[in-house]
Amino acid sequence: MKDWPLYEVFIRSKAGLHHRHVGSLHAADDTMAIEHARDVYCRRNEGVSIWVVKSDDIVANDPAESDALFNPAENKVYRHPTFYDLPDNVKHM
Amino acid sequence: MNKDLHNYIIQLGDNSLILGHRISEWCGHGPVLEQDIALTNIALDHVGQARMYYQLAATMEPGKTEDDYAYLRTVTEYKNLLLLEQENKDFGYTIARSFYYDQFHLLILRVLKSCGNKDLSEIAAQAYKEVSYHCRFSSDWVKRLGDGTEESHRRIQRALDEFFPYTAEFFAPSEADNYMAGKYGVDLSKLSSQWSVIVENIVREATLTMPTTPYPQLGGKQGRHSEKLGFILTELQYMQRTYPNSTW
Repeated sequence: MKDWPLYEVFIRSKAGLHHRHVGSLHAADDTMAIEHARDVYCRRNEGVSIWVVKSDDIVANDPAESDALFNPAENKVYRHPTFYDLPDNVKHM
Repeated sequence: MNKDLHNYIIQLGDNSLILGHRISEWCGHGPVLEQDIALTNIALDHVGQARMYYQLAATMEPGKTEDDYAYLRTVTEYKNLLLLEQENKDFGYTIARSFYYDQFHLLILRVLKSCGNKDLSEIAAQAYKEVSYHCRFSSDWVKRLGDGTEESHRRIQRALDEFFPYTAEFFAPSEADNYMAGKYGVDLSKLSSQWSVIVENIVREATLTMPTTPYPQLGGKQGRHSEKLGFILTELQYMQRTYPNSTW
């Protein structure tokens, strides 16, 4: 059981919302991963839908490249749509 | 008080409580963290079901509460199936015990869900959802162990063989069972062949062999238990026996 692969778990808390990453777990295969996710992460009514994906299948950026990837966005305030006048009766913007 | 109906509800409650207690013994000892939590969830389902049955039984018997049934009855007053008091031993035995019972439990609940007794059918409808998952859990593991390694195959087969004689009690009617068959159509003899087909299919799929035995183990429903139940009750009832009437 020590060589069971690691899975990442995503839970949709209710219909209409997106799946959120909630944690990870070990399982022998995809079916067991769903069952483990149900048992470990949905015990207190947390969700209505589960996604699991093998951690190995997630492609992540190299943290060493963070400066190149994220730093250039820091001083480009004009990319935020904050320069518009919103009518008063528009809510939730 | 309708004694037969009351006894029947106690039978259901005792099955849930004793199996729930046995499975709860895995808490903190599961083979991996995920299974530890899964087993504990299932144990809690059973204990929750036991409470519903005991609460219902208490409404029929003036002056009683659910706790009286759980904490203040002796071994011979318990009516659970003998299979359910058997020890966990290893993961294979635990799975085999649950597998046999879960499949029977689901069949019983399916009938109770639509029986003419409103109180029982409400409890059964709730329990049915939980037990559907129990069936999935235990039958998946029978297949995984049977179709797994040489050792897991050998050990789940041994557990199935050893516990099989206790399954005869599922279908050996007590007086309370006979009352339920006559009054509400909960007929055990009809469920027996359904159970055999379901169980045999899963056992075959798991590349295992269906046990046969001419020596059924009976008596739990009548209060004739193995010494193992005494050990369970000693632990389960310790607080209430040592500090009578103590509350949370």
